[in-house]
Amino acid sequence: MPSIRLENINKYICQGVSLEIFNKELLVLLGPNGAGKTTLLNIIAGLTDYTGSVLFDSEPVDKLSPSKRGVGYLFQDLFLFPHLDVASNIAYGLRAQKQAQHELQGRAEELLQLMKIRHLATRYPKHLSGGEKQRVALARALAFSPQVLLLDEPLSSLDTQTAKYLRIELKQLQKKLGITTIYVTHDLAEAEEMADRIAIIQSGHVQQVGRPEEIFFYPINEAVSDFIGAPNILRCDHCRSLGQGVMEADCGGLNIILPDDGNMVRRIALFPRDIYISETEPPGPGVNRFKGTITSVNSYGDAVRLEAKVGENNLLAEVPHHIFDDMDLTVGKEVFLILKLRRIKVYQDRDSGQKRGI
Amino acid sequence: MDKLKKLRPGWGILPVAIFLAIWELVARLNLTPGQFLFPPFSTVVAEFYHLTATGVLVDNFLSSLVRVLIGFCAGSIAGLAVGMIMGWMDNINKALHPIVSLLYPIPALGWLPLLMLFIGINEMLPITIIFICSFFPVLYNTVTGIRNVDKDYIRVARTLGASDVKILTTVVVPLALPNIFTGLRLEAGMAWRVIIAAEMVAIPTGIGALMMRAESLIRIDIIIVCLIVLAVMCLSFEKFFEYLEAKLTAKWR
Repeated sequence: MPSIRLENINKYICQGVSLEIFNKELLVLLGPNGAGKTTLLNIIAGLTDYTGSVLFDSEPVDKLSPSKRGVGYLFQDLFLFPHLDVASNIAYGLRAQKQAQHELQGRAEELLQLMKIRHLATRYPKHLSGGEKQRVALARALAFSPQVLLLDEPLSSLDTQTAKYLRIELKQLQKKLGITTIYVTHDLAEAEEMADRIAIIQSGHVQQVGRPEEIFFYPINEAVSDFIGAPNILRCDHCRSLGQGVMEADCGGLNIILPDDGNMVRRIALFPRDIYISETEPPGPGVNRFKGTITSVNSYGDAVRLEAKVGENNLLAEVPHHIFDDMDLTVGKEVFLILKLRRIKVYQDRDSGQKRGI
Repeated sequence: MDKLKKLRPGWGILPVAIFLAIWELVARLNLTPGQFLFPPFSTVVAEFYHLTATGVLVDNFLSSLVRVLIGFCAGSIAGLAVGMIMGWMDNINKALHPIVSLLYPIPALGWLPLLMLFIGINEMLPITIIFICSFFPVLYNTVTGIRNVDKDYIRVARTLGASDVKILTTVVVPLALPNIFTGLRLEAGMAWRVIIAAEMVAIPTGIGALMMRAESLIRIDIIIVCLIVLAVMCLSFEKFFEYLEAKLTAKWR
């Protein structure tokens, strides 16, 4: 399977885009709607003209037609051919490339088994559920053994449960086949779950490329940070296990209780929506709660974002409008901030391979 | 099973039977001025038998049928072919669309005087009229059908390695079939209406000509026999294409 390199690509909103996708990796193109993600997929597939260069294994493919690029493309709306049954949909690419009938049948059968849709072979797309259509479309894209697989928001039309299940299967399949894959989504959680690496794309520019945890804990600029939900990031040291699956860490001068899996925690991240605000000291054990002073109050969509100074740190918290209206939260007011333990994301020092002393 | 139910003669026949009974009764009771102007249904049936037995009806019917079949098949195939080219190739569509738009609204019979002078009064005249009558609507519906196919299906087929010809024949035309059949169905019936008119005006043989001869002899019964044959043929042709359309597209639509 080839590596892919985009060099100085220009088309519509995408201006001067350069990006490398490694051999056999699954790269997630993550960005808001209209950022140019699908445009980049179309360019790689050769479905649109462009300036710049696309290279597969350092060989330019710009002059190759889509049929010669060996790219499997799963479109957002799938576009199963409605007049062909499932088996014929899957075999379409093989038939188009004039494969011998017995090879064609063998391969179609193989894919029906692989995608667990053998029982659907003679059905027409109008009689399939969303998840079944997804499997058929994926089988069709994989049928002619493409070198590269492009997936454009493939699970966006499915219910949460089916999408989650298919995500796991898709990831396993990608690893099993070892096919270089680009997966487009605007959903951060989906990107984190699927990606070997994530490329954040905004307004046609690649803002940052890295492993999910790199993107999360080291956002390169405010735009990226804002896109991934403006997490509060605190640097941690002096971790100490407390037993019972929890540990205490000194993060930005605050003693924070974290889930403990035996690894050193370097950073923690916490979304603003995962910090509760209370005007009075809440009852219960005084862990993961801190007194702070509100320094700013800003409306943010259907919520209000409050910045509070806690020790040396400025923590961003989010309160829904209807709750904010019932409270008296103004700049300069002292409040309590409560961190949701299970929502704290941790960045661990995997490289060191050392366990902390207890 | 559903189809069988539809075909089974049931309550649908009742209105027709009542209509025929009233017709027979009104004519027999001399409720209309002059029986020769309104023959009873039984007389029409007897005349139908007589015309068939003497071969007059069969000969004229076959003349009309051959003209319709040749003109309709040639016009439809040509309309389909040109429509596929126009629908698929933007440049050709741009070049030909204004001409087609100009010619399409002209009623097929409007060409008759011109063709009488160009071709003369012979077998080619009604065939050409039917050709024109079938060509433009099939062309128009084919172009519309092909251009309405979602471009993303074409893009999918392209990424799967299909050539342009393959995409046209295996994706675009099958998806345009519902539109194409609308054209064929409408024109199959229209071809019979047009051939009768053409034969009435300019051709000495065929069902239309038989009607004109019957009119000059004030043979209402023969005229009604011809009209019934015409109605049955219009309906049969339209139903044939309805059946063909259902056969080819019902599974996936």
